[in-house]
Amino acid sequence: MLLIKGGRVIDPVSKRDETGSIVLENGKVKDYIPGGNIPKTFDGKVIDAAGKWVLPGLIDMHVHLRDPGYEWKEDIRSGTLSAAAGGFCSVACMANTKPVNDHPEITGSIRRKAAEEGAANVYPVAAVTRGMEGREMTDFAELAEAGAVAFSDDGKPVASSLMMRRALEYAKAFDLLILSHAEDAELAGEGAAHEGWTAHRLGIPGIPSAAEEIAIARDILLARLSGGKIHIQHISTRMGVDLLRMAKRSGLPVTGETAPHYFTLTDAAIEGYNTNAKMNPPLRAEEDRMAVLEGLIDGTIDAIATDHAPHDDYVKRCEFVAAANGIIGLETALPLSLALLAGGKITPPRIAELLSANPARILKLQGKGSLRKGADADVTLVDPDVEWEYREQDVRSKSRNSPFFGWKLRGRAAATIRGGRITHSLMPGVSVND
Amino acid sequence: MQWRRRHVLGLADFRVEEMEFVIDTARSMEEVLTRDIKKVPALRGKTAVNLFFEASTRTRTSFEIAGKRLSADVVNFSAATSSVTKGETLLDTARNIEAMKPNILVVRHPASGAPHFLSQHVSCSIINAGDGANEHPSQGLLDLYTILKAKGKVSGLKIAIIGDILHSRVVRSNLHSLGRMGAKLWLCGPSTLVPKEMERAGARVTYDMREAVRDADVVMMLRIQLERQKTAYFPSLREYSRMFGLSRAVFSLAKEDAVIMHPGPINRGVELSDDLADSAQSRILNQVESGVAVRMALLYLLAGGHDAAH
Amino acid sequence: MKKPGKKVILDSKGMERVLSRLTHEILEKNKGAEDLALVGIWSGGVPLSKFIQEKIRAIEGVEVPAGFVDITLYRDDLSRAGYQPRLKRTEIPFSIDEKKVILVDDVLFTGRTIRAAMDALIDFGRPKNIQLAVLIDRGHRELPIRADYVGRNVPTSRSETVDVMVQGGREEWKVVLNEAAPARGE
Repeated sequence: MLLIKGGRVIDPVSKRDETGSIVLENGKVKDYIPGGNIPKTFDGKVIDAAGKWVLPGLIDMHVHLRDPGYEWKEDIRSGTLSAAAGGFCSVACMANTKPVNDHPEITGSIRRKAAEEGAANVYPVAAVTRGMEGREMTDFAELAEAGAVAFSDDGKPVASSLMMRRALEYAKAFDLLILSHAEDAELAGEGAAHEGWTAHRLGIPGIPSAAEEIAIARDILLARLSGGKIHIQHISTRMGVDLLRMAKRSGLPVTGETAPHYFTLTDAAIEGYNTNAKMNPPLRAEEDRMAVLEGLIDGTIDAIATDHAPHDDYVKRCEFVAAANGIIGLETALPLSLALLAGGKITPPRIAELLSANPARILKLQGKGSLRKGADADVTLVDPDVEWEYREQDVRSKSRNSPFFGWKLRGRAAATIRGGRITHSLMPGVSVND
Repeated sequence: MQWRRRHVLGLADFRVEEMEFVIDTARSMEEVLTRDIKKVPALRGKTAVNLFFEASTRTRTSFEIAGKRLSADVVNFSAATSSVTKGETLLDTARNIEAMKPNILVVRHPASGAPHFLSQHVSCSIINAGDGANEHPSQGLLDLYTILKAKGKVSGLKIAIIGDILHSRVVRSNLHSLGRMGAKLWLCGPSTLVPKEMERAGARVTYDMREAVRDADVVMMLRIQLERQKTAYFPSLREYSRMFGLSRAVFSLAKEDAVIMHPGPINRGVELSDDLADSAQSRILNQVESGVAVRMALLYLLAGGHDAAH
Repeated sequence: MKKPGKKVILDSKGMERVLSRLTHEILEKNKGAEDLALVGIWSGGVPLSKFIQEKIRAIEGVEVPAGFVDITLYRDDLSRAGYQPRLKRTEIPFSIDEKKVILVDDVLFTGRTIRAAMDALIDFGRPKNIQLAVLIDRGHRELPIRADYVGRNVPTSRSETVDVMVQGGREEWKVVLNEAAPARGE
């Protein structure tokens, strides 16, 4: 038994934001006790959460664990340790491994390895098409049986509208979800940065916002046509947010996520040909950043996901156009999201929605995303005020591709508890036992 | 002022007085070029490596002659261009060259920012001899020098640059050099090749050749890259030539004493009519001449005082 | 204890007398002004060579060709400085072939400048001979070079400097010795 005592319990699913204590037992939330008092007879371990926020365990619905196939960049062990350090209890890992996760055997092996050595729950996302080649559908039903929680060719788009239509229609019958890496690859061309002033000035071929927006519009229209559910990944543009908002108003079953870098940085970050600010979709203009913020505030965007994309030095230490896309994000997502509170328009319960309740709902993760009685004992304790510097040498991921080194951040996961076991702790007297 | 730069990666951060310093130095170099013995021992014992990942006979030759006029040992290293997507090639190649202890690397690379990247990983001085669509600083300086010689000043001149602005590193360097010296710059070409955003650099954008050339003091034509034709930025060379080529008729709209420039190599009859290329108004060969003097100046200025790095 | 100070070695009158004597010596040794050419070394040698040119005109009534040379590109210590010196102009608007070239400089010190100037001159042609005229010889030669005409020998220590001030009008010309601070315990 574990008692988390006297913290600010924030659980949007139970509509709760108050001082209280939570009792965890046998991997589940056993009880909730309002106020700061606890039963005198309690004989388990007690974590004093005074001054901390107690959130349902954070869920990152978009990470690349690089396992199998690219274990030198990241593997299930290092990736989930990085997740735990960032306050995440669960991650959904994309299919662009080697081999691609397009077969139940691979999905199963990821699940098994995660069960053995993972410091977080790992939910595999399987590919939409075999080998992510955009031609033949994978075995959705079998993959779902093996543990795939959704389907995505993330890393590249499903280029063919016909293929996407079929995938959405077929997935619908099994109530499965397609996640879309929305990109018109031909329009994006050889672009390596947002098509705008910075790229023009630096002479870097641009990726127009329309390359993303056309694909988002297409996927929304295909969802409408097929009646299937679609989730738009890593939304980065103003019109992308507008399109999602419009679709939701029309009652379409569409959801969307963005990543911390899209509401934190703009394309100005690539100045000096900084390959650690290169990702796809690219960092956009200030007006896009503001629109993403607006989408987070008004509920258009459902989730914050990191798109944690570990890369070794070798593919980042080169000329900008040749550098690999993506940055690591698991250990910075929470503080960068907490920075949104400063504007006053995003509340702590909204943070809990974006980083836990909504991803659980979208991916239908049973027992996740809430602290109500009977839920899984996944809890993130947040110290909202601690100031710290993100330093390269402290990173738990195997990779070091982040534009945020040297940043002074505010707020951090004080402890991460998964299934009642402590996977990460910065709290005195609370030690990791997972 | 004192010259403190270790690298010349671009003109983006060049101050006016630095550009003037280079031009002053180039003037002295040009005097050397008028002598019978066009060689001085200034860089004796120094080694400059021309590291070219992209074919460019004229820029490479210009740097080579510049180096040799100053008695530097000049070595040419041409690397294959096909492996741009493999980042290790650039760094490995550069480190290999660096192990041979050159003083200056003159780098031409198809990827924007490649010289900036190298400057962070090697200890010798780097001169950017053209990187992707980013910059070609020695060209920006030699164009400035050529115009100064032709017109006596740059400030207030209307300078029209016409052609493929989108992919041009020459334009980006000229926006800094000529722009910062007070020229009124006009950019013109097919709308697919002239991003409107370039106005943020202080230039005027027009798709009308006549508007660009009218009352211009300098008309700078850019080479149209025939190999880009396949991506269809414009329908045909014939139409391009008619709409954006410089003919006598269009050039007559410019000031009477206007001059024509071109970074070369020229596609005769495409961007520039045959007779104009060879006319008295053409300063194209003066650009080539200025180029050697400017590159001598850059090599000379970078060769000072950095030996401690080794 | 003696404080370091500035000492005027030559005032404008003194300089004029010395340069006049130098000019006479040049003409005497060369038996007139025939085939003579003057080349001043930037920057201190240039006004001095102009003075000598005028003096020859006054004495002999002939215009001796005069030019100047910047020896920066011929220096042997380029990469030892922290930065590259600004280049000045070289202008020798006449052929030096078969000329008796009088190199003119203000101060002769290590001799390295003269070595560089001779290298530069030889790039311009093949003079019959090169002679050296200096206003001040302060010693401390590092190369086997000596002047043919010396205005004034000034014994100095290495840490002292000699300033030949010839920037303004001639009435302001002077030569100043900046004395070194005495060594401790002296």
